[in-house]
Amino acid sequence: MNRNVIAERVLDMKKNMDGHHVRTLLYDRYIRYLFIASAMMMTLIILTIIIFVGRQGLLTFKEVSPLQFFFGTNWDPPFEYGALSFIVGSLAVTALAILIGGPLGLAGAVFMAKIAPPRMREVMRPATDLYVAIPSVVYGFIGLTVLVPFIRSVLHTGSGFGLLAAGLVLAIMILPTVITISEDAIRSVPRPLEEASLALGATRWQTIWKVIIPAALPGILASIILAMARAIGETMAVQMLIGNTPQLPFNLTTPTTTLPSEIVVEMGNTPFGSAWNNSLFLMALVLLVISLLLILAIRYLAKKNAMNTSNA
Amino acid sequence: MLDQGRINKRNDVLATALLWCAGLVILLILVCFLGYMLVQGLPVLLRPGFLLGMPSDIRAGGGIGPQLFNSFYILFLSLLISVPIAIGAGIYLSEYAKNNRLTDIVRLSTESLATVPSIVLGLFGMIVFVSYFEFGFSIIGGALALSLLNIPVLVRVTEETLRTIPRSYREASLALGATKWQTIWRVVLPQALPGISTGVTLTAGRALGETAILIFTAGTSVSRTFPDFDLFAAGETLAVHLWYVNGIGMVPDKTQIANGIGALLILVILVFNLAIGLPIRYYQQKMLKGAK
Repeated sequence: MNRNVIAERVLDMKKNMDGHHVRTLLYDRYIRYLFIASAMMMTLIILTIIIFVGRQGLLTFKEVSPLQFFFGTNWDPPFEYGALSFIVGSLAVTALAILIGGPLGLAGAVFMAKIAPPRMREVMRPATDLYVAIPSVVYGFIGLTVLVPFIRSVLHTGSGFGLLAAGLVLAIMILPTVITISEDAIRSVPRPLEEASLALGATRWQTIWKVIIPAALPGILASIILAMARAIGETMAVQMLIGNTPQLPFNLTTPTTTLPSEIVVEMGNTPFGSAWNNSLFLMALVLLVISLLLILAIRYLAKKNAMNTSNA
Repeated sequence: MLDQGRINKRNDVLATALLWCAGLVILLILVCFLGYMLVQGLPVLLRPGFLLGMPSDIRAGGGIGPQLFNSFYILFLSLLISVPIAIGAGIYLSEYAKNNRLTDIVRLSTESLATVPSIVLGLFGMIVFVSYFEFGFSIIGGALALSLLNIPVLVRVTEETLRTIPRSYREASLALGATKWQTIWRVVLPQALPGISTGVTLTAGRALGETAILIFTAGTSVSRTFPDFDLFAAGETLAVHLWYVNGIGMVPDKTQIANGIGALLILVILVFNLAIGLPIRYYQQKMLKGAK
């Protein structure tokens, strides 16, 4: 065959291959932009949420003074917009849930990480997933049909609705958050630390209490903070159990209310754009700000922890 | 000294017993919740005309057919929206992200989005999808709002799963001359598929029972026709119906209906978690062991 013909063919092949190659490289580049765009969506979404909810909520202050909203206890729209009892209710029910659910969840985490035999762990892991999967209306409904009558008949006071019923059910609902994150933290404590303690003659419990838990503390704290974020934003279960009465809670069985449950109850009957409606968005903004602050606290803890371990 | 040793030993036994108790109590509470709901609700669920029947506003004996349909329809649509975006963002965080400001912002945004209370997402959905885009209380409004809940969870699942794929797989593929995208598409993603599927299933189970987001986006009423595929039809779901019928409904058998829905929701999450989630996870573990 003629040399020129061969050379032409080779050149031709090269050209084709180059075309293919160039196209592959182009795909590679453009798809990268697609991924970056999806990632940027996260920022776009959260910013849009803050802006829309924030703008609508802050409109309240055109007609209501911040002083009245945050420190007034009289909720009587459209005349008075004192939201203090909702804020106090939210904080109180969250505190109660953490006080009950925190220690139990932590004990469960220690159990799963250090004590449970593998078989038992295989059961507990899907069990915590199931805790997350049970819908909050179902938690609320069971609380309503079992816990509320029980509290009413045992304590003989009031209706059974209030902080106690809501707090107990919330304590159960935050268990999986506390368990999974604390367990991870406990597991990631370096093994030599544990072995050193045991080698010094400490019992397993002494090792857990004096070595493992202090070492895992930042992670455990993070799990508690995340549980707080879940508890304060929980809507349905609390709404079904708290009693929905705008008054400050004087004891555990006074019917009271929280920010989310007040939003759910009143949003349907207020015209969009009214001061009343805007004040509900302001409550949502308060919730949003609280949960963002909690996230910042967790990040601060994580950063501090990373610095500590890199120093050690 | 000996006494101290004995005390220590006793404390150790005591603490171990207490921790066992905690573990068992946690399991027991779960079993009680699931068992109670199933015992109360299964008889209602088996009532003729309940599962697929039309609901009634006043008389007893109404069904939950449209709500059942809406629940899965909204769930399907929300996954259709959230899965591609979330997997894209997850791939970015795991495969591309450098240790820079952009990555930090994306991470902070994802974590923040994951902790936004669902009622706040609901109100946001109401302003944007229901009012601004004028979808009204509709299936599409509910699905879009629900996606906001799913996305951050799925991003984390994707990123975590991709990180478990050994580096050597990627290096081998790159060394053969594959581009980064070819490596991700043909090597990394197929390996991560079981993990991502488990994550999607668990997220779907959670989203199915979500209520607070849907009350003010999908609404508390249903279309008159069943099944209605119209994206702009009213989209009350099972969980919303449970809440609505129990709190505001006027039917005499509202507790029965709530029990039935509760049992149905529990059954569905059991299927999602145990019948779909567990086998995938088992397969995944086997595969990872095989890889080593």
